[in-house]
Amino acid sequence: MKRLEGLDKLTGRELYIDDLPLEGHLWGMTVRCPIARGRVREIRFGEGTDWSQFVIVDHRDIPGPNELRLIETDMPVLVAEHARYCHEAVLLLAHPSRRQLRHAVREVQVLMDPEEPVFDFTCAPRPEQIQHGQDNVLERLRIVKGDVEAALAAAPHVIEGVYETGAQEHLYLENNGMVAWTEGDTVVVKGSLQCPYYVLNSLTWALERDDARVRVIQAPTGGGFGGKEDYPSLLALHAALLALKAGRPVKMIYDRDEDMAATPKRHPSWVRHRTGVDESGKLLAQDIEVILDGGAYVTLTPVVLSRAIIHAAGPYACDNVRIAGRAMLTNTVPYGAFRGFGAPQTQFANERHMDVIAHTLGIEPAELRRINLLRDGQSTSTGQVIEGGTDRQAILQTALESSEYDDRRTAHTAFNTSHPYLRRGIGLATFYHGAGFTGSGEVYLKSKVRVAGLPDGKIEVQTANTEIGQGAITVFTEIAAAHLGLPTNDVLVAEPDTHRVPNSGPTVASRTAMVVGRLVERACDDLRARLGVDSGTSDGELQRAIVEWHERGQGPLVGEALYEPPPGIVWDEKNYRGDAYGTFAWAAYVAEVEVDLRSYTARVTDFVAVQEIGRVLNPTLALGQIQGGVVQAIGWALTEECQLRDGAMANNQLTNYIIPTAADVPPVRVVFLENPYPYGARGCKGIGELPMDGPAPAVANAIAEALGIEPHAIPLTPPRLMELMTP
Amino acid sequence: MSDNQRIELRFQLNGESVQVRVHPSDRLLDLLRYDLGLPGTKEGCGEGECGACTVLMDGVPANSCLIPAYQVRGRTILTIESTELADVEPLLAAGTTQCGACTPGVVMTARWIRDHPELLERFGSRQLMAGNLCRCTGYDGIIDGLLALVGQDEEA
Repeated sequence: MKRLEGLDKLTGRELYIDDLPLEGHLWGMTVRCPIARGRVREIRFGEGTDWSQFVIVDHRDIPGPNELRLIETDMPVLVAEHARYCHEAVLLLAHPSRRQLRHAVREVQVLMDPEEPVFDFTCAPRPEQIQHGQDNVLERLRIVKGDVEAALAAAPHVIEGVYETGAQEHLYLENNGMVAWTEGDTVVVKGSLQCPYYVLNSLTWALERDDARVRVIQAPTGGGFGGKEDYPSLLALHAALLALKAGRPVKMIYDRDEDMAATPKRHPSWVRHRTGVDESGKLLAQDIEVILDGGAYVTLTPVVLSRAIIHAAGPYACDNVRIAGRAMLTNTVPYGAFRGFGAPQTQFANERHMDVIAHTLGIEPAELRRINLLRDGQSTSTGQVIEGGTDRQAILQTALESSEYDDRRTAHTAFNTSHPYLRRGIGLATFYHGAGFTGSGEVYLKSKVRVAGLPDGKIEVQTANTEIGQGAITVFTEIAAAHLGLPTNDVLVAEPDTHRVPNSGPTVASRTAMVVGRLVERACDDLRARLGVDSGTSDGELQRAIVEWHERGQGPLVGEALYEPPPGIVWDEKNYRGDAYGTFAWAAYVAEVEVDLRSYTARVTDFVAVQEIGRVLNPTLALGQIQGGVVQAIGWALTEECQLRDGAMANNQLTNYIIPTAADVPPVRVVFLENPYPYGARGCKGIGELPMDGPAPAVANAIAEALGIEPHAIPLTPPRLMELMTP
Repeated sequence: MSDNQRIELRFQLNGESVQVRVHPSDRLLDLLRYDLGLPGTKEGCGEGECGACTVLMDGVPANSCLIPAYQVRGRTILTIESTELADVEPLLAAGTTQCGACTPGVVMTARWIRDHPELLERFGSRQLMAGNLCRCTGYDGIIDGLLALVGQDEEA
């Protein structure tokens, strides 16, 4: 089926938050902290402005606690006294004229007494830099399997390496935007967001209101990638505070420079590997230390660290694994959710390290992976026994064959010895991605889905999961239609509105199709059960039963489903042992690169992505997820660099934060090897994040081969490549 | 801003003549979106890098965020709102749109290329689309859509 809202998007009729008509509204903007850390001494309002025309909100206007409720409540909604990052929100202004508002924001001076900031997340902080607990550690987690020290001591080879990845900006094409207004006693916010109930949770807390008096609606959203997971909670509060004080609707639409400077990015990482191997390359011990830069507040960092360490050892069998992870506070924008959620960082390290091991031992990189890839019956670092019949060797083999891996390597060797300034290489990564929330996360979420039978015989799927470009509306429609045997145009998908749809959890973690889609199927079953219609009935019978229900005046007709974990899933949260995920998606990616030694520019010339994601629900949408993820990850690997100056992003514009264009990337060749997962909707697994994990190491491994170097950090920009190539 | 500081001008917009009064620093993008009620054209970066705000000015793609509104006097502007369904049906099947924020700009550039197929012989499809940034598709869906629109089978 074609994307349902696709024609509206292609003709410009889809109305995003800044496009929706809104009568008599004010514009809202933010006055921000000018330095990385300090105490607010004075806020000075310029004399040339008539401030009585402006609505001005500061922390004293917050009805409830000045806390953004996410996992913790350490982050303020507006700075009261101490600020912890440059561009932290201090004051809000609203005015009918956007032009005058822009001018006014520049007329407010926030005068600060500076305090000692911390920017290096790999060093222990000095006493005057401590801002969280005793040591600035935001979270510490550990996985232990077997006896690493003994295995390392006994191993014939111990190979070490340190790997680093930089921050990455989401660069959704639509900036953050939110509108707030009041309806009677209810505060309504509508905007560009991934998780309506996260926003609700933050609003009820800081506004001291119950769920009935706060309503959150998702507007069509121009991309998220995790960047609209936590931040909209803050922006919604800002818009709501202005609207409450103004008594009029307030619209806040960020400009690109503000969005890039003030909103979360991917966590920078530092990962050290010490790996014991035998002569054949078999992994005997993996000792891994993971440090993430968490930024200025806790936000989602503990959960990102969790996924990071669980994926850190890769899809390999090893009896002795120790992974120690910690996330550190620094005085930069809080790092947040970004497609992959920690797994791309640690799998970059692991897959780059696998090639270093292969080079050290003189083993082919593909052979090293063949030897160590998990087989059914073996267990991951948390002790999760892998079952399900996925042929990981076949995934690897398909990737090697589709990319003509061996022939190209031979050809590159000849090319590289003869060409004056071009060097070619091919690189491989094998990896996995756990779908859905980690560990007991899905159980805690208690996600709920409803499917309503409408008076005209159509059905409406009601979830809080949002269409953010990935195809949620289309996929939910297909799932419900297939499950009930209805034509797709008899299935509607409700607008995510917390006063209308149940809390089916956030739109994150590659969970929407697999976890929530399965709940849609079960809610369809419940609807059928309420009607007494079994699944074997003929076409039209279900819809006749729905119409008759309403004709008899029996009230609303709703099927419901509540999350239940797949049978046999056991997770020990305290010790990080057991089944971290219901299932994993598996992949092998191959990148071919060409490096121009005149400019130290690397470009990807071919890319093959082979994966098993359960059953493919919609081939066009699935293909788009993989291709888009691969290119986003190529950007992270080669060009995307957040240049921080005193903790603030200095290149917060598209002119010098470089994402790939169509001309920078080759076609991405995608192969799906299907293996239906019994507990995902129609047999699917999560797909959205997987393609972010593999490309960066595959590209870096290809560059390693092209140039005969061992790059340890991304992005591999021309300056970094020049440094690596210059003795 | 008093009225006498405004500039009055007339131009062709989506086949109709319109008369507007603009401030000297107004951008064409804002004129279209906020004054003329055509919100299909999107702002992505505000500095001419992303192409989300692409319109056709006298038949040629232009970033409307970089064009002072007063400069469109006497010109012909086509925005995404002038798009016919037939223009975009091949793009739908190809997966050209995901989140949709870059899409209006992509469609306007694709329409320009369709109307000037000789461009594809001189520059490749990827070069021609390089002025429209997309963060969702990885560009294959866009290139496939463009080629379907111009009736080419596959990427040269």
